[in-house]
Amino acid sequence: MSDHDYTPSSKFGKWFNDRLPLLTLGKHLTDYPTPKNLNYWWTFGGILTFCLITQIITGLVLAMHYIAHADLAFASVEHIMRDVNYGWLLRYVHANGASMFFLAVYIHIFRSLFYGSYKSPREIIWILGIIIYVLMMAAAFMGYVLPWGQMSFWGATVITNLFSAIPFVGESVVTWLWGGYSVDNPTLTRFFALHYLIPFLILGLVVLHIWALHVPGNNNPIGIDLQKPSKDTVPFHPYIVVKDLFALLLFMIVFAFFVFYSPNILGHADNYIEADPLVTPTHIVPEWYLLPFYAILRSVPDKLMGVIAMFAAIGVLAILPWLDTSKIRSAVFRPLYRQFYWILVLDVLILGYVGAMPAEGLYLLVARVATAYYFAHFLIILPLLGKKERTLPLPLSLTEPVLGGSVAMSAAKHKSEKNNL
Amino acid sequence: MKKIKSIIFTFILILNSNLALSAEKIDLLKVDWSFNGLFGTFDRGSLQRGYQVYTEVCASCHSMKHLSYRNLAQEGGPEFSLEEAKAIAASFIVVDGPDEYGEMFERPGKLSDKFVNPYLNDNEAKSANGGAYPPDMSVLVKARGGGANYLYSVLNGYEEPPANIELDDGVYYNKYMYGNKIKMANPLDDGIVEYNDGTEATIDQMSKDVVTFLTWAAEPHLETRHRIGFKVIVYLIILSILVYFSMKRIWSRIEPKV
Repeated sequence: MSDHDYTPSSKFGKWFNDRLPLLTLGKHLTDYPTPKNLNYWWTFGGILTFCLITQIITGLVLAMHYIAHADLAFASVEHIMRDVNYGWLLRYVHANGASMFFLAVYIHIFRSLFYGSYKSPREIIWILGIIIYVLMMAAAFMGYVLPWGQMSFWGATVITNLFSAIPFVGESVVTWLWGGYSVDNPTLTRFFALHYLIPFLILGLVVLHIWALHVPGNNNPIGIDLQKPSKDTVPFHPYIVVKDLFALLLFMIVFAFFVFYSPNILGHADNYIEADPLVTPTHIVPEWYLLPFYAILRSVPDKLMGVIAMFAAIGVLAILPWLDTSKIRSAVFRPLYRQFYWILVLDVLILGYVGAMPAEGLYLLVARVATAYYFAHFLIILPLLGKKERTLPLPLSLTEPVLGGSVAMSAAKHKSEKNNL
Repeated sequence: MKKIKSIIFTFILILNSNLALSAEKIDLLKVDWSFNGLFGTFDRGSLQRGYQVYTEVCASCHSMKHLSYRNLAQEGGPEFSLEEAKAIAASFIVVDGPDEYGEMFERPGKLSDKFVNPYLNDNEAKSANGGAYPPDMSVLVKARGGGANYLYSVLNGYEEPPANIELDDGVYYNKYMYGNKIKMANPLDDGIVEYNDGTEATIDQMSKDVVTFLTWAAEPHLETRHRIGFKVIVYLIILSILVYFSMKRIWSRIEPKV
């Protein structure tokens, strides 16, 4: 990042750049050497940036019309849907945008898991990503409360009540979170304030995430370290920009389909009933993207342990770079890990499914097995696999074919680079 | 590998079908609504008739507090003429005020007024209906899993209760209602309203009309949404194709394929 000797051609450019090197930064971003073998799973970083900016812009305009008050919130959302010019469009883009954001972030995370992008030297990028993900969940949860429908109200009640599991101070913490003795107007107004704040925290973390990325550069499907710049890399602009744009447009087609043709399919019908503290919905379910965690929470019989398990499910991701002992990044060269990877994908889908079902009978049993497997994958399988697994030979570069003995060579290379870092 | 992937896809399929099933415990009656589909629009005649059913039958108990009389003349809605909408508004008595002497007063409704609520407040609504609050109908279609088909099914789902089910006074049996018990008596009966356009007012016709009207009420910009959506998606597809070829062109400098 620092080794740029860039001199703007114009006199003003030079004068400006000497004082604030924005042009050097621009040059760095366009020239940034990117592996030329990145596949479409790598386009989700750009797509996520688009999602964040879309949420911020639509959210800003919605906030101009929304009223954060327990008696007026529901009606103000209806006002947006009916009377604000293109208010329906803004709201549907914002509501479905949250789902699209999570869809993209899950693909982004699972891409990282498959290709070992979290491994050295990219641990900080990964951890920043996990923090962003946690903030996204907080923002989404609080955003879902704002329309003040039945699911908003009861979802907020259930989730904030989790904190009452904290020993000794739990009840006081919940009262403090609510700003009263139940979810009510003070809860709504503070959630609105935080919902407005969090996206900007995320934006700041995204800058750090990209900054940290630009230090070692992108991982790639082969997962080997590349010479940069070299024949294996291409400048970010125009090669990656145009590819990201193409992928983004395809993503936007899916997005548009939801917004224009089934805008409410991802939401819950009960949220079109105004919040009523006296009527509890038959099933209280969170939005689809939180269901796997909800399943983990409910699969543990003890409330406190359930809450701990739920937070641990995210926490375990944060320490993943140290749990996975394999030196090989990409699953392409890890035949066994590849199997376990797909089982994990299936496991998380199962968790999501049982999270939407009532916690009883067979569903509860399945949730418990799937929860146990989720933790086993990270805490038992990954540490052992790295030691036991016979990996396939790695190529030395993207252009060179696999040579005999290259495993040892690339391993040696890997080691020496590690030492350098 | 292939096997696991195929398992995942099968799983997703099962998941989808199961979710659909759990949303509608028993199969709802399905209507081929004109507002479904990529180009779905409302049938104006049906909307106007539906308004008539709402106002003559439903509105005695169900409020519709997010709609205004002006909406009735809006593009994409029942599209009553402005004069008709004004006349409709004026047929309701609205309590306004306080005036300069601090008194509340009654006046005929105006286009800008919200639909007049049949009850003074929710508590009066409850006490007048055996403790069950007749839900506000502004977004009722969106507030029920199954949407328009569900409401249509409930309106056509009244029947004699099976022998093993005991019903309290003021509770009725409905095949499609959640829990099969409903506190609303069957609201429709053949010929209960007299349509101005000569359409025969059968239960089936009235329930279709009123559900169409309620769908519009819940989603007044549906037609615009469908129209814009189609343009947006076509635009995005064309742009993607152009960008795809630009991408091929640019990457051909490096290697034949991306």
